[in-house]
Amino acid sequence: MTQDHTNKQFDVEMEGIRSGVLSMGGMVEKQLTRAIKALSQEEDADLLDAVGADEAAINQLQINIDQQCAQIIARRQPAAVDLRMVLTVSKIVNDLERIGDEVKKIAYKAAQTRGSDQLTRVRYYDVGRAAANALAMLQHALDAFARLDVERAASIIDEDEAIDAAFSAILRQLISYMMEDPRTITPALEIVFIAKSIERIGDHAKNIAEAVVQVVKGKDVRHSSAKQIRAEVAQP
Amino acid sequence: METLVATPEVRTEHAPITAPKMSMRNLDFYYGKFHALKNVNLDVAERRVTAFIGPSGCGKSTLLRTLNRMYSLYPGQRATGQILFNGENLLDATVDLNMLRAKVGMVFQKPTPFPMSIYENIAFGIRLYENLSEREMDERVETALAKAAILDEVKDKLKQSGMALSGGQQQRLCIARAIAVQPDVLLLDEPTSALDPISTAKIEELLSDLKRDYTIAMVTHNMQQAARVSDFTAYMYLGDLIEFGETDQIFLRPMRKETEDYITGRFG
Repeated sequence: MTQDHTNKQFDVEMEGIRSGVLSMGGMVEKQLTRAIKALSQEEDADLLDAVGADEAAINQLQINIDQQCAQIIARRQPAAVDLRMVLTVSKIVNDLERIGDEVKKIAYKAAQTRGSDQLTRVRYYDVGRAAANALAMLQHALDAFARLDVERAASIIDEDEAIDAAFSAILRQLISYMMEDPRTITPALEIVFIAKSIERIGDHAKNIAEAVVQVVKGKDVRHSSAKQIRAEVAQP
Repeated sequence: METLVATPEVRTEHAPITAPKMSMRNLDFYYGKFHALKNVNLDVAERRVTAFIGPSGCGKSTLLRTLNRMYSLYPGQRATGQILFNGENLLDATVDLNMLRAKVGMVFQKPTPFPMSIYENIAFGIRLYENLSEREMDERVETALAKAAILDEVKDKLKQSGMALSGGQQQRLCIARAIAVQPDVLLLDEPTSALDPISTAKIEELLSDLKRDYTIAMVTHNMQQAARVSDFTAYMYLGDLIEFGETDQIFLRPMRKETEDYITGRFG
């Protein structure tokens, strides 16, 4: 950000919430990587436990960081860019926590659908690829936040459109399986839920990217089109 | 899903003020050779609170003191340019300073009650301008005390000395004294910096009532106070007006980096 505060302790506190977001983000990335592994056919009993433990740690971080934000507001009365940063961090930890919830759902559903061979291809390739894209998008969003890079943030909003398109494609594919063989309906529905969770992760990553634009530009770009956001980012 | 929603309006750096009560035009001010205000152009909106903020020595108090020509008391101090008020340039030599100061009242950092009774503190100023009957005077004093939100605390001791009141009460007495002569504009120079938080809160609450009737310009070192009570904020630095705009905009999204550095505590 810009130059340091006259009161150095204020800088320490602001850096605390910023690095808190990044370590929370790192934890969510790790959890999502595990869930992507769960989508592959390998049996791994420990993996679900690990995903569950990740989620508990993520929840705790959300509470801690939110509390730090409240303390900064109460003690420092932040204004302008500082105020936007504090409000944004509070929103981002909310999105990260929700991603954690979705990842947990993915891991559990993946364990449930294991072994329904007909759907292996969908699960392994298409859903797996969409999940990897969501992971990349999350990494890009956190990267944009770490560097306060609005151009990076604007490009993430395009990535979300790709994930939405992948979700529709998976859905169409599963519908044809279900029409061909009603025995696939139960496992196919589980995969629909997984794909929906991945799509939601993309939405949360997009929220993070929009929050980065708000911190830097001071403009709320939620509910704006990708074109409007790019135009805002392009302004000096 | 992407929906097109009207994006929030971007405010211009100088929010347009329709019907300003006071307009400074190319205002310069000198303490002898020292150039203390440099070409200031600013409108003070009617029945709104305008706050002047900035580091010590930036010219904010000087600016306030030009608005009722308080500086004329001191030799070697002069202002050039224009301050338009009720259709005339109040810097003109022909302006009646006593009438000007009745129309543009001032309250200072330290409460300045006169060493006389609470009643006389208010009545004294009124007598300079008007000849009222005893009943009319009683009414005027009571109204002024009520408007300054101090009547309830002093109504049973109007004959007691104004000096015996607490600091916060003295300051509200001074505000009552200023509004008793029915001014258009109230100038407040750090009105709460010598007061405790509760008295400060009472004065701030009072300002939100007073702005229904008066145009208020205030200098404050307390940025949060400017954020809490003002409608417009002017940030000054080294005699220059750096940024002026609606307070909401200045404290959320200032246009100038200098303003942002100051209000976020990154100054110097």
